[in-house]
Amino acid sequence: MSDSRIPPIPAIPDAPPLNHRDAIVAEIPRLRRYARALTGNGDLADDLVQDTLERALGKWRLWQQSRELRPWLFSIMHNLHVDGRRREHRVDFRDTDDLPLPAQRANQQDSLELRDLDRALALLPPDQREVLLLVGLEELSYAEVARALNIPQGTVMSRLSRARIRFKAVLAGEAAPLLKVVSP
Amino acid sequence: MSTPISEDDLHAYADGRLDAAQLTQFETWLAAHPEHRAQVEEWRAQSAALHRAYDRVLDEPLPARLLPPANAPRWIDLRRLATVAWIALGVLIGFALRDQTLPASGKAAQANSLPRQAAIAHAVFVPEVRHPVEVGADQEAHLVAWLSKRLGAPLKAPQLDSAGYKLVGGRLLTGDTGEVAQFMYESAEKKRLTLYVRREAPKAAGTAFRYARENEVDVFYWTDSRFGYALSGSTGREDMLSLGSLVYKQFGS
Repeated sequence: MSDSRIPPIPAIPDAPPLNHRDAIVAEIPRLRRYARALTGNGDLADDLVQDTLERALGKWRLWQQSRELRPWLFSIMHNLHVDGRRREHRVDFRDTDDLPLPAQRANQQDSLELRDLDRALALLPPDQREVLLLVGLEELSYAEVARALNIPQGTVMSRLSRARIRFKAVLAGEAAPLLKVVSP
Repeated sequence: MSTPISEDDLHAYADGRLDAAQLTQFETWLAAHPEHRAQVEEWRAQSAALHRAYDRVLDEPLPARLLPPANAPRWIDLRRLATVAWIALGVLIGFALRDQTLPASGKAAQANSLPRQAAIAHAVFVPEVRHPVEVGADQEAHLVAWLSKRLGAPLKAPQLDSAGYKLVGGRLLTGDTGEVAQFMYESAEKKRLTLYVRREAPKAAGTAFRYARENEVDVFYWTDSRFGYALSGSTGREDMLSLGSLVYKQFGS
């Protein structure tokens, strides 16, 4: 009889990992790529990845119950990123003398195209940016995106449609400045 | 394709999400609809651009801080264990010391004593360059009226011009007894003093003029029937004594 307290080995389609740590570590490059595109800044991206990994390793027992690791990790990152955005809207009470300089979105090593894309992505509403990147860059299926963002698949499709229209306009230099929309 | 083509199908085609059977039909349909073909190509170009820009991140060496320790869950458990151990130690020490109650005038009373609280407030606001006070001395009448209202009794900002200190202004703080007023003064050499005024439980006679030194801050303090006063500064004990007396006399009347 196997010990019922030991959780079952998760089903990972390609190359079953030895344990949850190795499986999570194997996803770090993907998480970094997505975070880099999402935040437009390497340091912010790695902060987000680090927070995601800490939470994932702390909650890995929850992952064992669900089946696919990647959408689960992206969903953790999504939640942390939303929390972080909420924090950004809070008032910073520090004296303006002490405030850090605004983070550079690109450094000199970055290619022109990277800078253009960073700028264009920054002009997308965050929920559209997430869907565009999870589909176009991370190549998640629509169902996986829906799971990662905890939204219906129909919403994924409508956000994807709007994101692609807006992204095209922004890249062509046609987009009007993004108005802040108060979410319901 | 027998069913009408929706925009979702176009996205699915662009993203390679159609199965083989759907694909052949879809491509036949698309050949007859060049405007949709262009749209699909545009979307594919977007995804390709994203890959060109961000795929390099996949090849970067991982920063060390992102690599979890080899035995991550145990490491987390150890940290939790350490927290529990500290709490247990605290409980044990507390239990061992249960009968050794502090005298009424002991540590706890000292922690929120008038000179300690005044020195802390002094240390917090004196280094402030941009916002040392909430209301400036240019609105002194308003400042005094406001703080008097909040402290529930008439108050005044003592004049220290004769000692070379000008009123900068004041602010409202919170203390253990409720509202606290803080006035700030500054000399030509940019040395600063603060006067801390808080409500005290009504007493027939106040206490006499006293001195305390808290973290490099000299504090002269006293109480009258309504308020506790504490003048804090770092200009040396002798200076502070004469300044303290000056303030004391102005409130003594």
